[in-house]
Amino acid sequence: MIMNLVEVEHVSKQYSNHKALDDVSLEVPEGTIYGLLGPNGAGKTTLIRIINRITAPDTGIVRLNGHPLQESDIYNIGYLPEERGLYKKMKVGDQAVFFARLKGLSKAEAVQRLRFWFDKFEISDWWNRKVEELSKGMAQKVQFITTVLHEPKLLIFDEPFSGFDPINANMLKEEILGLRDKGATIIFSTHNMASVEEICDNITLINKSHNILSGPVAEIRRRYGKNRYSIGFTGVIESLESAIAEQAIVLPGESLGYANITLNPGVKLREIIPAINDAVEIKSISEDIPSMNEIFIHTVDEYNENHSQN
Amino acid sequence: MESKIGIIVAREFNERVRKKSFIITTILAPIFMVAVMVLPVVFTLFSFSEEKVIAVVDESGIVAPKLESDKEIIYITDSDPIAEVRKREDVFGVLYINKDVVKNPNGVKLYTNDALPIFIEASITHTVKSVVRDSRLQSYNIENIEAILADAEVNMTLQTFKNNSNPDKDEESASATTSYILGLFLSMALYMLMLLYGQAVMNSIVEEKGNRVLEVMVGSVKPFQLMFGKILGVGAVAVVQLLIWSVLVTLISGVLMPSLIPADMMSEVSAMQAGTLDTTNAHFDMDLIQTISVISNVWYIVRIFGYMVLYLIGGYFFYSAIYAAVGSAVENIQDAAQLSNIATLPIIFGIIFEMSCIQDPNGSLAFWGSMVPFISPMVMVVRLPFDVPDWQVLVSLAILYASCVGMVWFAAKIYRVGIFMYGKKPTLKELAKWAMYK
Repeated sequence: MIMNLVEVEHVSKQYSNHKALDDVSLEVPEGTIYGLLGPNGAGKTTLIRIINRITAPDTGIVRLNGHPLQESDIYNIGYLPEERGLYKKMKVGDQAVFFARLKGLSKAEAVQRLRFWFDKFEISDWWNRKVEELSKGMAQKVQFITTVLHEPKLLIFDEPFSGFDPINANMLKEEILGLRDKGATIIFSTHNMASVEEICDNITLINKSHNILSGPVAEIRRRYGKNRYSIGFTGVIESLESAIAEQAIVLPGESLGYANITLNPGVKLREIIPAINDAVEIKSISEDIPSMNEIFIHTVDEYNENHSQN
Repeated sequence: MESKIGIIVAREFNERVRKKSFIITTILAPIFMVAVMVLPVVFTLFSFSEEKVIAVVDESGIVAPKLESDKEIIYITDSDPIAEVRKREDVFGVLYINKDVVKNPNGVKLYTNDALPIFIEASITHTVKSVVRDSRLQSYNIENIEAILADAEVNMTLQTFKNNSNPDKDEESASATTSYILGLFLSMALYMLMLLYGQAVMNSIVEEKGNRVLEVMVGSVKPFQLMFGKILGVGAVAVVQLLIWSVLVTLISGVLMPSLIPADMMSEVSAMQAGTLDTTNAHFDMDLIQTISVISNVWYIVRIFGYMVLYLIGGYFFYSAIYAAVGSAVENIQDAAQLSNIATLPIIFGIIFEMSCIQDPNGSLAFWGSMVPFISPMVMVVRLPFDVPDWQVLVSLAILYASCVGMVWFAAKIYRVGIFMYGKKPTLKELAKWAMYK
């Protein structure tokens, strides 16, 4: 039985002119990677700030390890804010040591661990450079290191991939997976859907201050993928279309010889295979699992349509 | 917990002290101030200005002989008519003295081919005036008029002493004028340090808030530790700067001055400090002797700077706490500039108030001003050179330090809320509300 490290229960937060979060609940199992998705301004950062105890919720409660979040808890949280929280005029090495010592590491230990990470990220020669001389992505590497250096149990990253080129984004992905394998629990917000599919165990989609979709990534994709199949065939697409016109909608696929079929409600795949088999020669049939990107756009659009009517 | 404040203090201190600008201002400021005082003297001693020739057409015949050429002005008499002389281009200017100059001194005219330096104007005016005055006096035909005038000439400097119980030893003489200038000078230095370092605290909090450093920091440090560490660290820089200045000034007054000043002048200075100077036999200008005797009195200087450091610390804590609260409440420097007036205006008020106090440095206005914490640093520092009773200094410091504790506590409550408030610039009323949050 997996414990929930973080439990957010019915959290609402009202700012003077808008509601940032409205009755949001979610659960983050220990030792997993949790993605917070949502359009800009949906309330992701507010939720992160509440979990970090930077802001207090108006109503609702956040639990860590089963008990309500308290001041001492934040020492076990590593937080990477979206806007980089570094002193511009300070040297990279001095700065990293400063933050590490505030987190309770001794100076010697901080230097030792930092040398390790700086070597790993191949940024050792930045040690004596000022932060203002670094590019956004470079500063982000430094910030990432200062966030994880003291090995907190819970890591919260706000938009960790923004500003990274594909190579560095991939490296960051590997590091995040590595941290999870070592036992850390990671919550991160992102717009990068590819990274969600690759590394997230669970997600929550927040839109207009509401939690509109929550759950394990694999399950969500399967749920949205039901009744959609991709079929490879030899033959004429029109004959395929007319053969199963009553049971499904057939659309041309990405390339010639492929088609996407969406089954009508109540229709099972096995029921129409004989008809397809008669019309064309089947080469392949596979379940069409939608990308997180499609699910994201579809769910948000659907929610917005339903809620603009009333 | 204590050590976290220590880490923050160390960062603030090191980052500032290592800056080139700190080293430069700390060392250059005293050199600059000394230069401002010394250079004009040097320039008058070694005049670099070229000599200026002035042709004099004297119709009266009594002024020209009295005009004495010196290093800067050469007077030559010219007997040609004035209209001719004015055509000369080889001279700097032409001075015309009218025939009835004694009756009508306003008939004197100076024509120059170039811009007129002020000292030439002053020198000519002075000479003409004295010639006219002398010849008018002589027209009264009084015998020995010059001896009578010389005898009537009064030249004095009031010697001031602190009236203590031992009448044989009138030590610690202090000229009111010297104290006045010293007091103003010290309070200006204090004013600048408080304003500069108070605003440094504010600006750096605004910056930390703007670049989200604070959001990372609260993961490991309490807001109060953050604020207090910053105030301590920046304050330590201010104190170090003042201490360096004090040491430099003490060295100059205690070591450099006695060795530079001629021995016979120094012996009179020492005599003045000991209260045994026989003023009738003094060789040097009494004002100068008195000024030097005050500023080369090392203990006097040390006492003043010692108290000044204490007032700097108190005043700095009081105001930097306000600046910290303001910095935490706003999002950018522009917004901060307006709101910071709640700290800047009282400091300026203190400066204006001290100007009234200095007229009567031990009067009741000055006394009560020294007891009000938000102006007492300025008022007291201006009074220090005037021998303020120690008990007044101690009471005033006690009130100031107690208010600092209150102000830091109050500012911390605002800071704690303010650093995570984004959006609209808060009003004073909202700030007060934040301070009331549990």
